[in-house]
Amino acid sequence: MTEAAACGIDGVDTGLADPPLLVADGVTRWYGHRLGCRDVSFRLWPGEVLGIVGESGSGKTTLLDCLSGRLTPSDGTVTYRTAGGETVDIFSRPEAERRLLQRTEWGIVRQNPRDGLRMGVSAGANIGERLMAAGGRHYGRIRALAGEWLERVEIDHDRLDDRPTTFSGGMQQRLQIARNLVTHPRLVFMDEPTGSLDVSVQARLLDLLRGLVARFGLAAVIVTHDLAVARLLAHRLMVMQQGAVVESGLTDQVLDDPQHPYTQLLVSSVLQA
Amino acid sequence: MYVAVKGGERAIDNAHRLLAEARRGDPATPELSLDQIDQQLALAVDRVMTEGSVYDRELAALAVKQARGDLIEAIFLLRAYRTTLPRLAVTCPVDTARMSVRRRISATFKDLPGGQVLGPTFDYTHRLLDFSLAAGGGVEPVDTPPGAPTAPTATPKVASLLASEGLIEADDADPAAGPAGDLTRQPLTFPAGREVRLQNLARGDEGFLLSLAYSTQRGYGRSHPFAGEIRMGEVAIEIVPPELGFPVEIGEITLSECEMVNQFKGSRTEPPQFTRGYGLSFGEAERKAMAMALVDRSLRAAELGEEATAPAQDGEFVLMHSDNVEASGFLQHLKLPHYVDFQAELVMVRQMRHDAMAAAEPGDG
Amino acid sequence: MAEAATPVLDGYNFAYLDEQTKRMIRRALLKAIAVPGYQVPFASREMPLPFGWGTGGIQVTASIIGRDDTLKVIDQGADDTTNAVSIRRFFARTAGVATTTRTPEATVIQTRHRIPETPLAAGQIIVYQVPIPEPLRWLEARETETRRMHGLADYGVMHVKLYEDIAQHGRIATGYDYPVQVAGRYIMAPSPIPKFDNPKMDRSPALQLFGAGREKRIYAIPPHTPVKSLDFEDHPFAVERWTRRCGLCGAGDSYLDEVVLDDAGGRMFVCSDTDYCAGRRADGHTGEDAGE
Repeated sequence: MTEAAACGIDGVDTGLADPPLLVADGVTRWYGHRLGCRDVSFRLWPGEVLGIVGESGSGKTTLLDCLSGRLTPSDGTVTYRTAGGETVDIFSRPEAERRLLQRTEWGIVRQNPRDGLRMGVSAGANIGERLMAAGGRHYGRIRALAGEWLERVEIDHDRLDDRPTTFSGGMQQRLQIARNLVTHPRLVFMDEPTGSLDVSVQARLLDLLRGLVARFGLAAVIVTHDLAVARLLAHRLMVMQQGAVVESGLTDQVLDDPQHPYTQLLVSSVLQA
Repeated sequence: MYVAVKGGERAIDNAHRLLAEARRGDPATPELSLDQIDQQLALAVDRVMTEGSVYDRELAALAVKQARGDLIEAIFLLRAYRTTLPRLAVTCPVDTARMSVRRRISATFKDLPGGQVLGPTFDYTHRLLDFSLAAGGGVEPVDTPPGAPTAPTATPKVASLLASEGLIEADDADPAAGPAGDLTRQPLTFPAGREVRLQNLARGDEGFLLSLAYSTQRGYGRSHPFAGEIRMGEVAIEIVPPELGFPVEIGEITLSECEMVNQFKGSRTEPPQFTRGYGLSFGEAERKAMAMALVDRSLRAAELGEEATAPAQDGEFVLMHSDNVEASGFLQHLKLPHYVDFQAELVMVRQMRHDAMAAAEPGDG
Repeated sequence: MAEAATPVLDGYNFAYLDEQTKRMIRRALLKAIAVPGYQVPFASREMPLPFGWGTGGIQVTASIIGRDDTLKVIDQGADDTTNAVSIRRFFARTAGVATTTRTPEATVIQTRHRIPETPLAAGQIIVYQVPIPEPLRWLEARETETRRMHGLADYGVMHVKLYEDIAQHGRIATGYDYPVQVAGRYIMAPSPIPKFDNPKMDRSPALQLFGAGREKRIYAIPPHTPVKSLDFEDHPFAVERWTRRCGLCGAGDSYLDEVVLDDAGGRMFVCSDTDYCAGRRADGHTGEDAGE
């Protein structure tokens, strides 16, 4: 754990004066009669990394989609505190405003980099897109910044004009991260960021992510089924089962001393593996 | 020295004269009459009426003649004429259960109330060129016409037999949906309601729908269809004149109708049930009606909670590309001059080649 | 040069369309003018000319033209190309209006692929024929998504395309149908005019109407509206330039067509705008290929 782990467990005084960045209150999502997630509440502080763990089908991704404004909850609210200090209820705002947040103050890293990249244009254009969407109109400066970010995610600068189709899976995922971080978002949502990668390249990506999160003081919500990923990146964990949160707390605490039988099962199955 | 591309006027006039001459062919050969086209090329007339959206055999026959047998051109002629026609009244919905059927078959039941009636069909003919037709042979009279119109009593629909057991979804109009859209009066918008989709498919190109329907049978959006019922015959057309306030019959038209019965496994909210695909065309255009029914069912994927992955399930793709008048026009507009745009490309490519070659020069200053 | 009205075709309404249809189209036009650059869906009709051959422009012209109007029709800048002749004839037959080839004499100009070189004046209306009205279409095929992108002014992807052009080719590689932003809001396809003509749209005193028949869209630029061609600060929008002048009239400021003279590489360049070229020659200007 880094010193930056300014953890705020609900109900525990963090000692920080900052108000929370993201607040979920009773977030529930139904698909017809099928439950996606139910009554999820938490607060996320600036610079904090929250891991959401559970097996597939436990509602993690549904929750992440609700939090990031891409799926409207059946019930409950999500509020976000903007860089301007305004607290906004995500789903009561018009879609235009939500999209603006998504491409300026937030980042969204998808499990499959192909879903989060434009495969038909160069790496530079991929990184530059958010800058241009935010009004950047100087080609030279956009390109220079794209080059900087390419190097920051450990891709050779001379690949700037190559299309992501010529990249390996690990490079594509790093490119997706650069594309999201170039505008210095305050909050990043990640859905199984290492899920589509070989074990051998996962470690490098995790290392990179940990460095970037610390360096830029990012807050993040990371969905993963991999407890090793959670342990490495997250300050705090929420364990989900059948759409509901069954246990939450500091990462080390949850993983080293699980209280809920389901968490115990998760932890022991990893240990056995 | 420079000869401008002048004389567009004269070129067009000459082209029109050449076309008229080519249309007539050898003057020693007797000219086709509209009656001959209507009677002896009846299925061409049916297709032109269906995709041209006008039920008028004489106009359709004229269009076929004027278009030299090019049916897509004939459909275009009829559509353009349709634009100038005033709308005098809107008919009541036709009741195909009360059709005087000349053909009625079901692939789902061996026998059923009203019976199976083969009628005038190519099915079960051996596709052998009949040289006696070339010689202009006569026709044997049919003794007891097996496909003679049944009494105007209703022939029950196969789907209604299934519906009485709740085995097939209801096809009642959705009361929340409001009045049906009208593609000829409102632009197509997405997502399109089923009534608008059906209008689009009814006017859609037979070849396009046939290929799409075929693709669903080969696994691109499989829908497990059964030909529940195909019927063809005459139905009455009624309108309610405002001064009378009750429906009066103003004539009858020939329709082909196909109701497909498709498997549906059910969902968490719906018990397993058969679903429907619907096709309807003017005249005898059974293949068109069947293709339409399969595509209609495919386009209901989202509504039925099915994953839409195949072209035939993609509403925007199907509906935007089904109309052969639009497609034929846009494709053939490539024949129009594009030399201004091509000049822009020429200037650009030359400049880019110039830049590239300059960059490739050895940089010795 | 204006030709007098000709007798009208029997059995058809003035300018072909019935009055209800014209009213429907005029309502769409009013909405388009009120929201510059926004594509208004309209119930396009089948016309006696094929879709893709100017049916959108024809329906717009038919809806706004009156008996006192003087119509000019150009295709590729020329009045005498076959499609221009065909459309001009259509209106001469169905509306009996006067036609002209002279840009300043026309009250309504229907065009395909060019804007006349002679600057348009207040009171004139130019009607563009549009094949693909959606400037985002090549980046996003779905209508539902492109309409949403317009609604939210979510246009970052347009500059991604321009960025990619410069990264791959060293310049913005779009020569015609070059996208513009109208009144600082909607991104709009100017129809396939060469980018040479784009600056003529900016703050033009004429009313500019766009009709896409097959795609069933109408849009407009009211007079004096700013129209900006998309670019980067360090790669500003620039128009084509020729090293040659018009071989017939010697003009150095007009869009030139390249004419192939022989199979030995012989070329000459002439004004694409035939009326502009003829006017200059009538005023005594000559080019080096004008002969005796």
